[in-house]
Amino acid sequence: MRRLLLIALLACLSAPAWSAGGGGDLMDARVDVSDEASLQRGAKLFANNCMGCHSAEYVRWNALPEALGVSMETVESNLIYGDYTPGDTINAAMRGADASDWFGAEPPDLSLTARARGADWVYTYLNSFYQDPDASIGWNNTLLANSSMPHVLWRMQGVPQARYEESHGEQQVAELVLPEGQQGTLSESEYHRVTRDITNFMAFMAEPVRAKRQEIGVWVIGFLVVFTVLAYLLKREYWRDIH
Amino acid sequence: MSDTSKVQGGVLGWVDARFPLSRMWNEHVGEYYAPKNFNIWYYFGALSLFVLVNQLLTGIWLTMNYNPSAEGAFSSVEYIMRDVEWGWLIRYMHSTGASAFFVVVYLHMFRALLYGSYQKPRELIWVFGMIIYVALMAEAFMGYLLPWGQMSYWGAQVIISLFGAIPGVGEELALWIRGDYNISGVTLNRFFALHVVALPLALVGLVVFHILALHEVGSNNPDGVDIKKNKDASGKPKDGIPFHPYYTVKDTFGLGVFLIFFSAVVFFAPEMGGLFLEPPNFQPADPMQTPAHIAPVWYFTAFYSILRAIPDKLGGVIAMGSAIFLLFLLPWIDRGRVRSVRYRGLGHKLALGLFAVAFVCLSYLGLQAPSDLYFGLTVTTWAQIWSAVYFGFFIFLFAYTAFGFERTKPVPDRVTD
Repeated sequence: MRRLLLIALLACLSAPAWSAGGGGDLMDARVDVSDEASLQRGAKLFANNCMGCHSAEYVRWNALPEALGVSMETVESNLIYGDYTPGDTINAAMRGADASDWFGAEPPDLSLTARARGADWVYTYLNSFYQDPDASIGWNNTLLANSSMPHVLWRMQGVPQARYEESHGEQQVAELVLPEGQQGTLSESEYHRVTRDITNFMAFMAEPVRAKRQEIGVWVIGFLVVFTVLAYLLKREYWRDIH
Repeated sequence: MSDTSKVQGGVLGWVDARFPLSRMWNEHVGEYYAPKNFNIWYYFGALSLFVLVNQLLTGIWLTMNYNPSAEGAFSSVEYIMRDVEWGWLIRYMHSTGASAFFVVVYLHMFRALLYGSYQKPRELIWVFGMIIYVALMAEAFMGYLLPWGQMSYWGAQVIISLFGAIPGVGEELALWIRGDYNISGVTLNRFFALHVVALPLALVGLVVFHILALHEVGSNNPDGVDIKKNKDASGKPKDGIPFHPYYTVKDTFGLGVFLIFFSAVVFFAPEMGGLFLEPPNFQPADPMQTPAHIAPVWYFTAFYSILRAIPDKLGGVIAMGSAIFLLFLLPWIDRGRVRSVRYRGLGHKLALGLFAVAFVCLSYLGLQAPSDLYFGLTVTTWAQIWSAVYFGFFIFLFAYTAFGFERTKPVPDRVTD
């Protein structure tokens, strides 16, 4: 019986590893939704750079203070522009119809992107923009080819250029480089931190209860272990007279 | 508790004179004699019952906040996850419970295969169990449409279109099930009605029949010995012990172990790496955009593999249907007289092991894209090989037992441990 329990335990632990599948080339975002400082920076970056075009229609402003470890007043003065009530959800400044006209597609709602695509995907996407004169908006992305999103953070990262290589008779992007004179205001590692903070905030938005459920889970399992040990002792006591 | 039937006065006496409360308690719990040698495989029946209750209770609370319409379903699930007090916990208990249900039911069914619990005189218990299993599949399939995500929508689209393969009436039948030319709000409404009212009602009724049939003939055990053949002077089986308190206390311990695993998933991996909650289902259903890779949830993928293994659509549907239907016939396919694998022939032991491996491999293959390669062979080829093993098990079992090839060991008179 002990052996079977061990097998079951191992199966449970290894399941996520083999089932995650696909996207082996993604960067690791090392998401940690209990990192309040990262969430605070991420929220600010999100408000300043993403909310102009993207909404997060399931996320209410009043869900932020607890997770970010700040007061509602701080959220109000740092993140929210224009009229609002605390129960409002995060809306884009731009109208969807305008966006379709300007970029050819309506920017997707970002409430659940980190769950639908995965946080590592979001992180990699933010690190995969490059300048492409052939694209209608002047930008392209190695992770999502011909994405209609411009590189909003280019002032921070700089203007990455693609180095092409021929393979199977086609020009393919081999790597992205930042030439001298095209650099942004941030170093490479600073830019990684910025994009990781945004990704972390998006992981929080996709499942606001994530940090809390893990915290509660430790207590629940602790209780169950005690309960199960007592149940076992009780069982052994009752079964003493059998056999 | 066993002497409660003698109580004449008091509230219990008053009730007993009007309703068989003590008699029912004694018949099914207090004086139901179960073999004393149940091993770890015997936890999963009680656990199935527990998960059923979990699904019913969490389901009631989800229904209070869920909106069964194409316009509102997806956002009402997010509302439950974010704005309803403890809504996330109730939803994760329900979604994890769905997968846990199949885990414990598959182990419970395999227990029956190991110890011959489907053999005479327990054929009807097995048949009720199989009807429960099919009803459970329908329940899970319809429940999966309700979050109205991309995988909900396209999974249902693919599965319902299978009915279209039936010659003559197929297309009409698929139309009748959907109530529309595509999956739509109409389909969602009827699936909701079936998922929260009709099928739970049927499931609870069938579980009652399953247990009544079990208590009529008595429980099997790992030795496959009939404990009713050896009774003491008072008519109680020598190898039997009252279900309560012995198995109620033992099952409480088993429940604790189960809940530790269950909570680990609910609190630390509710998506289970995309197996229990699939990533595309966090995108609202979009009838105009087909996801790159459509796969059913893991508990259906063994049968989905068999379906895909046959190049012809109608042939695939027939093969998938037979894979389930053959299980119904198991008590009559197995002509052997020895129940437990402990005393059966080597051929049966190997065949049973292979059958289990085939089921696991088919389940894994059903999650992969058909053209993926493993050891130089495509997923489709592997699915064909393991499907042959799956069906081969039934053919082998019949031939092995009906024509006297099996060399069994002597079965003891009493249980061994």
